[in-house]
Amino acid sequence: MLEVRDLKVSYSGIQALRGVSMNVSSGETVALIGPNGAGKSSLLNTISGIVRPESGSVMFEAGDITGARAWVVTKAGVLQVPEGRKVFGEMTVLENLQVGETALHGRAPTYRLQDVFDVFPILQERREQRAGSLSGGQQQMLVIARALMGGPRLLLLDEPSLGLAPVIISQVFDALAELKAQGLTILLVEQNAHLALTASDRAYVIEQGRIMKSGASMDLAKDPEVTALYLGQE
Amino acid sequence: MLAQQLLNGLVVSGVYALFSLGFTLVFGIQRILNLAHGAIFMTGAMVAFYTVKGGGPLWLGFILAILASGALSVLVEIVCFRRLRKTGDEEFGGIISSIGAGLVITTIAQQVSSTQVLRFPFETFPVVIFKFWGLRVSMLQLFMAGAAIILVLILGYYVYRTAFGRRIRAVTDNEHAAMLMGINPNFVYSQTYFLAGALAGAAGVLVGLAFNSITFLMGEPYLMFAFAIIILGGLGSIPGALLASLVFGMVQTLTIAYLPSGLTDTIIFASLFLILLVRPHGILGKEDAGNLRGRR
Ligand SMILES: Nc1ncnc2c1ncn2[C@@H]1O[C@H](COP(=O)(O)OP(=O)(O)OP(=O)(O)O)[C@@H](O)[C@H]1O
Ligand SMILES: [Mg+2]
Repeated sequence: MLEVRDLKVSYSGIQALRGVSMNVSSGETVALIGPNGAGKSSLLNTISGIVRPESGSVMFEAGDITGARAWVVTKAGVLQVPEGRKVFGEMTVLENLQVGETALHGRAPTYRLQDVFDVFPILQERREQRAGSLSGGQQQMLVIARALMGGPRLLLLDEPSLGLAPVIISQVFDALAELKAQGLTILLVEQNAHLALTASDRAYVIEQGRIMKSGASMDLAKDPEVTALYLGQE
Repeated sequence: MLAQQLLNGLVVSGVYALFSLGFTLVFGIQRILNLAHGAIFMTGAMVAFYTVKGGGPLWLGFILAILASGALSVLVEIVCFRRLRKTGDEEFGGIISSIGAGLVITTIAQQVSSTQVLRFPFETFPVVIFKFWGLRVSMLQLFMAGAAIILVLILGYYVYRTAFGRRIRAVTDNEHAAMLMGINPNFVYSQTYFLAGALAGAAGVLVGLAFNSITFLMGEPYLMFAFAIIILGGLGSIPGALLASLVFGMVQTLTIAYLPSGLTDTIIFASLFLILLVRPHGILGKEDAGNLRGRR
């Protein structure tokens, strides 16, 4: 479904991606784990068209989206939930969700308002509340819900657990499991490797702009190197 | 007498609101001070004047003025700001390039008008005075107040109640997140500049009619006031600009009526200073307004 080939990205001379190849098949949840500054967000942003690559290609369902502008990429149904919970703070929860519909560009919605509220009931309760006044966990749910309103065929999630309390993290990941069960294809970026490997089918380990390892999440969770570097003493 | 002055003040406030709403809208979405806004306002007045002079009806002049000013404003954004925004240096650079655009527009207007004061033909707007409750109101004043209120309501509806408006507010809040939601920011910018220019153009026509005097430099004092108004209201805030326009229009009208002439501007800018001492971010301003880099 998504095929990234030999992607190179640099920011004014500093190489962030040094030839990354990876792929995601329909219905899979794929995790991308790695330390700070490894290039995880750079990869998502290049797929999404926020960052232009130096070389390499991004194919989505037989279409070439390399270097396409961000709003054009959403037309294909590739939707990113960026890191840091970027809700539109001055708008209500409902208005945030309505903005999400822009990404449909006339495609049929895959999640209607009520479907989204079924996944995140708290948002229905808070629908008229200013998004900026939600708690961190609620904001994270809102940005995921907002992307769902755009009819994602592939959902890119950048560190959804960042800065959230463990109880809230498990709520968010329960919701992701529900979405996965409904057949949504997900590319999940996480620093919390344990979490990411539990939630995904396959995973890639990225370090300094290169894919170091890849494989089934269950196998990677037992890999001695991965355990030592990313899973601590577990 | 006081009631009469308050009424006059309301009409002045309406014009200020039309002018400064666009100014603050643009600042809110791009953190750019568009100093060509006064020239765009003047263009509205000129277009209406030449339409009437060419034999067209005033309503046609009014509509053409709104369309032309809106289009000019879009052009200014594309020429002056769009490329500059890619460099990330638009806050300061934008001020310079919009001064340039303003100069170009006013110079063209100076040529076209041969540096003359232009006056609408007699009775372009019928001189009718209504009297009630001891107040005198001209039909022109009623038209100005009505036009201002209707245009402000249309703007409010557009920004706060439509999908287009939601996209404008989304881009204002966070351009990156908005792009990831399928919004094309350039299209949103064009819409915003069109609205801003159209309102300014409408204000230009109203002022041209009210004073029956149109010159290529007529935008300058309004630009100055708009500055004060959006600082007072809170940079980028629509309700703030409305409130501040009301305060300014009233204070100005009342000081002209009751105090020695020449004190007006002193009082206006002194009160601006005092209000900012108490509320440094303006009446309805947010702390981070004006801080572009913290926002991205
Ligand atoms: N806009 C930018 N300008 C310059 N350098 C950048 C920019 N964005 C990222 N970088 C650099 O590129 C490298 C990869 O950054 P990236 O944000 O992709 O890492 P990440 O894996 O997402 O890290 P984190 O886990 O901290 O989010 C880093 O060295 C970073 O400093
Ligand atoms: Mg990151």
